[in-house]
Amino acid sequence: MGKVSKPDGRNAPLSFQDLILKLERYWADQGCVILQPYDMEIGAATFHPATTLRALGPKPWRAAYVQPSRRPKDGRYGENPNRLQHYYQFQVMLKPSPPDIQDLYLDSLRAIGIDVDNHDIRFVEDDWESPTLGAWGLGWEVWCDGMEVSQFTYFQQVGGFDCEPVSGELTYGLERLAMYVQGVDRVFDLNFNGGLGKDKVTYGDVFFQSEQEYSRYNFEHADTKILFAHFRDAEAECKSLLAKGDDGDHHLMVLPAYDQCIKASHLFNLLDARGVISVTERQGFILRVRELARACCAAWLKTEAGGAHA
Amino acid sequence: MPELLLELFSEEIPARMQARAAEDLARLLGDGLKSHGLTFDTIRSFATPRRLTVVVDGLPARSPDVCEEKKGPRVGAPEAAVQGFLKSAGLKTIDQAEVRPDKKGDYYLALLERPGRPTPEVVGEIVPEIIHNFPWPKSMRWGSGRLRWVRPLHSILCVFAGKVVPVAIDGVVSGKETRGHRFMAPKPFAVKNFQDYEAKLRKGFVVLDGNERAVIILDAARALADKERLELIEDEALLEENAGLTEWPVVLIGSFDESFLEVPPEVLATAMKTHQKCFSLTRGKELANRFIMVANLEAEDGGKAIVAGNERVIRARLADAKYFFDHDRKVMLEERVLKLKEIIFHDKLGTQYGRIQRMRLLARELALMVGADPDLAERAAILAKADLVSDMVGEFPELQGVMGRYYALDQAEDPVVADAIAAHYKPVGPSDQVPRDPVAIAVALADKFDMLAGFWAIDEKPTGSKDPFALRRAALGAIRVIIANTLRLPLHGVLHSALGAYVVAGIRIKDEETVVNDLLSFFADRLKVHLRDEGARHDLIDAVFSLGGQDDLLMIVRRVDALGRFLDTEDGANLLVGTKRAINILRIEEKKDNRIFDEAPDAKLFELPEEKALAKTVDDVERAAAAAVSKEDFAAAMSAMARLRAPVDAFFDHVTVNAEESELRKNRLRLLNRIRATTLTVADFSKIEG
Repeated sequence: MGKVSKPDGRNAPLSFQDLILKLERYWADQGCVILQPYDMEIGAATFHPATTLRALGPKPWRAAYVQPSRRPKDGRYGENPNRLQHYYQFQVMLKPSPPDIQDLYLDSLRAIGIDVDNHDIRFVEDDWESPTLGAWGLGWEVWCDGMEVSQFTYFQQVGGFDCEPVSGELTYGLERLAMYVQGVDRVFDLNFNGGLGKDKVTYGDVFFQSEQEYSRYNFEHADTKILFAHFRDAEAECKSLLAKGDDGDHHLMVLPAYDQCIKASHLFNLLDARGVISVTERQGFILRVRELARACCAAWLKTEAGGAHA
Repeated sequence: MPELLLELFSEEIPARMQARAAEDLARLLGDGLKSHGLTFDTIRSFATPRRLTVVVDGLPARSPDVCEEKKGPRVGAPEAAVQGFLKSAGLKTIDQAEVRPDKKGDYYLALLERPGRPTPEVVGEIVPEIIHNFPWPKSMRWGSGRLRWVRPLHSILCVFAGKVVPVAIDGVVSGKETRGHRFMAPKPFAVKNFQDYEAKLRKGFVVLDGNERAVIILDAARALADKERLELIEDEALLEENAGLTEWPVVLIGSFDESFLEVPPEVLATAMKTHQKCFSLTRGKELANRFIMVANLEAEDGGKAIVAGNERVIRARLADAKYFFDHDRKVMLEERVLKLKEIIFHDKLGTQYGRIQRMRLLARELALMVGADPDLAERAAILAKADLVSDMVGEFPELQGVMGRYYALDQAEDPVVADAIAAHYKPVGPSDQVPRDPVAIAVALADKFDMLAGFWAIDEKPTGSKDPFALRRAALGAIRVIIANTLRLPLHGVLHSALGAYVVAGIRIKDEETVVNDLLSFFADRLKVHLRDEGARHDLIDAVFSLGGQDDLLMIVRRVDALGRFLDTEDGANLLVGTKRAINILRIEEKKDNRIFDEAPDAKLFELPEEKALAKTVDDVERAAAAAVSKEDFAAAMSAMARLRAPVDAFFDHVTVNAEESELRKNRLRLLNRIRATTLTVADFSKIEG
């Protein structure tokens, strides 16, 4: 493919991928480590060990990354204009949260072309809680002209442990933000690459088929017997790795164990989408995942990155 | 007199917490100043999304000198006691103490002079304490600090008589600077006093007073509606929330596609309000396809981009709502009822499905008592909770009942059934309407009685300020339904039925009668609170309640009412005086003799005509009053009581109760006892004040 033709004019809205690139550039300039997506199926960017685990312990940490997020239950076979079972979050983790974090965030909006002096930006109370991670924080959803474009959270606890120092977490819903910036009502109509005419690749070109296929899988065909077995295996392996890696004051295998926790969480989400977990069982599954997360967090605090002395 | 100005500037404070926080700040600062002897003229407090502000007028420059007296040991007390006293009073020798006499002799007294302190010094101590102990409903830490505040605290403005009061707390140092609107006036500026502060804020696009912001929003919203000949649907809570989300409210109007109007208006209004904090508008009685939004910014384009952005979000929200409405109607309510087997009502009380099985029987029973068709009441009870498992109610829980009604109408249920589904949660708040249709009444009462019986069965009663299942509200709801519809409903039997249904369902209850009686006294308490709120005299309520054994709320209310009217008459007021006098004398004499005088008076011992007259009237009145009460004619019972007044007055004017002769005294006390007993037919007069 040759050089793609670009829309004329400096005010042309950002393509989906340019939006990502701009955010990465901006946060790199703020001293963030720009990570790539975690290579596992996870429900939200918060589950990435660069957030969950790094939020714990005394060591400073600044990272930003795109994270594909899987929400099997939100699949709509590609028929809903803004609901997807797979979507992108852009995650920023600043530890400790700097005093000017709100201004840094607003500058990031300016960086992607939102004129904050002429749009109505609001910080609306929205406290965050993840029952599966045993985590909570206080913060806001950020509104731009009435649309929620980001989640802004000061982590207070993760895995049941106090966050000291406190991390500031910013999560941008990339599709939504792009729909806003591009003025598009249907996610599949987003201009992905910024090309025009035959060079234009839309979000639908990239993801429409996969939304259909995964919706079939999530709701109809995933083999629940296998999923239940995988869940038990992941749970067992997580516990086993945590036991094997425990060296008294130190822990030597937290990250592989945490991967199993992530797996269990996603398997639970799939089973939930398949509708085979009753309301009463649901709480039990959530507690089982939370136990794993809590144990991983406790183990993390016994590693060097978690702040334990070597 | 000097003025103190304090502003705590932070990141965005949740709207719902602002008003309370402003009150708390004024209270804590006011109490703190007073506890140091600093009095003042006025104290006012304000909140915006980013600041809590308090201004105190008329403070002295320093706190007054005080002289405190400290009492010591007696003169001649052991040396250890004297030394202890010297130490605690801060004296060097006992000569510095004074010697004062009292009944038992001389003792030492230390006079401690506490000089006043400069007000800024006191303020500098109080402010950090207030910040450290502020009663936020939820607070947080941030960065590497230890301080807790609702959101990160950025600066403290603290100025007394034009000078900065130094305050330092966890790295935040006080000054005389603040800043205006986040986007329109971000630069810091210094202020001299409150007047200067408020004026400069206003120039900096900040309206300090939340009430003023609310007025600005309401006026502008009404004006925009007027201009298009529309009516604003006013909503106090939504107004306050918007005032708490803006420092410089700018009200704008937008529209949505008319095709959404086929979705029920409650759904549209709820979707716009819950997610977008927007106001709805009506044209005549119909919802209009317009909405009011409140921005926090004056944009260069007059808000065009803001309106366009909000319209797009509203469109997506309404599209979601329409999707839910269309999809929900594809499932019959009966099918949803089966899904209630999966919805837990309460851990120990089973599922919502079990709940409606109990409610349907209770609704039938109640239907017969309130004149409703039992079949319709049962049908409505069966379907009452089905919408809990609909997508719409999942998204907007506050639409429970409302959606059930629409879905019932859609599947051609009897409109009476559909209306009862919507009305059965009512009344929810104090201003909410009470169901009026008999079928709706039966289901509404079944809903509340079942809930109360259940939680009483497992002993999960409200305690103090804790009422997690809103049981007080349920009882109050039932009370309002009963009274507003003038229902005769002996609660004892109904509550037994409600509790019995749990026993059948396998809940073990030790002693049903005890539980029912306890629940009845809960109803009595709630009725008292309700009547008091309605303006009835609490002592009259007590006077009726103390008769005991009453489970018919309507009759209690009527008794209180009739009693109040009676006491307003001259006969009533005088009889009250006489009766209370009788009761007081009895109380004293009963205590003296350690017995009560409840035998019938002996006619042979009557010496004076007033005794004879009273004895006869008392008997007549008692008969007449009892007969009237049994006919539930409380006005007639009171009229009968009125006849007691003259003979009681005459008795006290001419008869000495505590006669020298013992038998005469006892007999007269028996006569007084008759007055007390007779008045007890209508109320316990000893509980009435005055």
